[in-house]
Amino acid sequence: MPILIKGGESVTDRWSLVRETADPQALPEGPVIVNLATWLEHRAALMALGDAAVWLAPADDPAALADDVFALPLIAVDFPKFSDGRGYSTARLLRERFGFRGELRAVGDVLRDQLYYLYQVGFDAFALRADQDLETALSAFRDFSDGYQLTNRRTPAFRRPEARSGAAARSS
Amino acid sequence: MYRYEAYDHALVQQRVDQFRDQTRRFLEGSLSEDEFRPLRLQNGLYIQKHAPMLRIAIPYGLLSSTQLRKLAAIGRKYDRSYGHFTTRQNCQFNWPKLESVPDILQELATVEMHAIQTSGNCIRNITTDHFAGVAGDELVDPRPYCELLRQWSTFHPEFAYLPRKFKIAVSGSKIDRAATLIHDIGVHAVKDAHGEVGFRVLVGGGLGRTPVIGHVIREFLPRGEILNYLDAILRVYNRFGRRDNKWKARIKILVKEQTPEVFTRHVEEEWARSAGGDGVVPDAEIERLAAFFTAPAYAPPNNDDASYRAALADNRAFATWAGRNVFPHKVPGYAVVTLSLKKTGVPPGDATSDQMDAVARLADEYSFGELRVSHEQNLIFSDVRQARLPQLWSELKALGFATPNLGLLTNIVCCPGGDFCSLANAKSIPIAEAIQRRFDDLDYLHDIGELDLNISGCMNACGHHHVGHIGILGVDKNGSEWYQVSIGGSQGESASLGKVIGPSFAAAEMPDVVSRLVEVYLELRHEEEPFLDAVRRLGLEPFKERVYAHTD
Repeated sequence: MPILIKGGESVTDRWSLVRETADPQALPEGPVIVNLATWLEHRAALMALGDAAVWLAPADDPAALADDVFALPLIAVDFPKFSDGRGYSTARLLRERFGFRGELRAVGDVLRDQLYYLYQVGFDAFALRADQDLETALSAFRDFSDGYQLTNRRTPAFRRPEARSGAAARSS
Repeated sequence: MYRYEAYDHALVQQRVDQFRDQTRRFLEGSLSEDEFRPLRLQNGLYIQKHAPMLRIAIPYGLLSSTQLRKLAAIGRKYDRSYGHFTTRQNCQFNWPKLESVPDILQELATVEMHAIQTSGNCIRNITTDHFAGVAGDELVDPRPYCELLRQWSTFHPEFAYLPRKFKIAVSGSKIDRAATLIHDIGVHAVKDAHGEVGFRVLVGGGLGRTPVIGHVIREFLPRGEILNYLDAILRVYNRFGRRDNKWKARIKILVKEQTPEVFTRHVEEEWARSAGGDGVVPDAEIERLAAFFTAPAYAPPNNDDASYRAALADNRAFATWAGRNVFPHKVPGYAVVTLSLKKTGVPPGDATSDQMDAVARLADEYSFGELRVSHEQNLIFSDVRQARLPQLWSELKALGFATPNLGLLTNIVCCPGGDFCSLANAKSIPIAEAIQRRFDDLDYLHDIGELDLNISGCMNACGHHHVGHIGILGVDKNGSEWYQVSIGGSQGESASLGKVIGPSFAAAEMPDVVSRLVEVYLELRHEEEPFLDAVRRLGLEPFKERVYAHTD
């Protein structure tokens, strides 16, 4: 079972990630994360199921979920390779353009050294690759105390003059 | 120049700590080579042929004497007592040990320097006009905007894993001395009819395997919107740039495949969502940054230039140097001096630690303790009193930095090439040296006049060969090193890409090839017609005929 980090600690994952396109009947019992094709094809049936969520591949357009962001409790973004950075833009679009407030989960090749930036663009749950160490991973969120840019987590440094003097609080 | 605030210090220190931990995990085996690679690249660390190479950022080419002394000391302590200044205004060390890189970064942090994002598929060091703030043709001082972009690009969380590297250059002058047309993004600081500062934005220029001149995608962007607009461009690129093929991953390919019109529409749509929001840079912030780049305390103009004028009249060697390597300053009585790092027999752009220390001393003595690195791999003192030029010239001569070849054929721009770089197909430094030796007669060199010669050891075009009036590209043919020659390229506001004259040559033929190109020019040129203009007028034919007539 891969480690799932949420809220600064390891938590039990109640969701099943289904990578293949599947009919709703063929899905496992319990909360389930389906791919975009499955979601778009069986949206009504999946909504009726209750605990259903979607995962997006790097090339998937988050605009496809624009109408569903208030209904979906969770959206996952897949990183088939950690070095493919498309998911960072996907996350910001979901959070900032489409107003998604539910759990935004990074899945796939999710490694310690990308966690800080993933958090900054709006992810709040991290399904670590199986070989990752929990303690090492948790320390990643403290890599930097602040940053210059406007992100999902903070206004730009230039809008916070107090940050310059070192009085900045940790980015929340 | 910009001085770090508390948060700049904190971030750079946290970066050093982060990289020390990453290096430790790599060395103990818990971080794989594949996982460590992008992390070390984003700290400027390459694994090269002989040893790692560390590229240190010199943001927009601006350096204090204290920082230069630190580079000299690092060269001595961790390398072989020399460094190499690059075409992107950075400094490279070719022989550091992987294990000592965190210590080097720690030392750099003490003088407000780092190696952040000098490599890797991310936004690289921002470059600009090496005459920023002192050129007479300047419309807007680009340095405050460069610093704004440096901060914005540093640790940008959304754009750390782009399809490919991403280079931005800023110019604020009529004459483009920052090669903005061959960057992923070129930013021209301009003023509108009301005197308001804004930016013309170009996208998709670049050299490498597919050389392209950038497209203007916006004629005037209000200055406060610059970060929103750059975010929009980068987001379109990050989402849609090709990731299936390394050679097609630069933004220029996306712009070409989408067409500039469609690409522009995507950017404008993206920008429309952020325009006017929290990403707008307030005027107060721009003024705060501008306050770091105020003019130094220039001495009031007086008539003490007599000795300078006398030296010009009496000393031909000094006059030649002043005519070539000294650029007019916007303030009367001051001058901009280029220290040529292109002495024959020394790899272009190289300086020893002792030379760096000496240059630092001269910067303190003659130019308010600051200097610049140019994208032609030279160093520049931007604020020298004219009256002191003869004295400075003698000091530079003693150091070997007074070769009066700026703008001339022997001011060769050259990448490290096959002697150092694992990407190179061929050596480039020995070619540069052989050509410099061939043209060692200064009178002949000055008669030839303006001629940019650029050498790259491979398609990656670090020596910018496409924009050399004469461009030389190292190619691999069945395992041996050959050189392809192009002519007619140019940088600046009317940038053009050179055309290949024909089949490539062996290394030993190269001085002859360049000699013949020059002969044709000297025979066919009109009065006062520079090499580039002659090539544009004559076309390739007469040059090809002569060069290939000799090769059978």
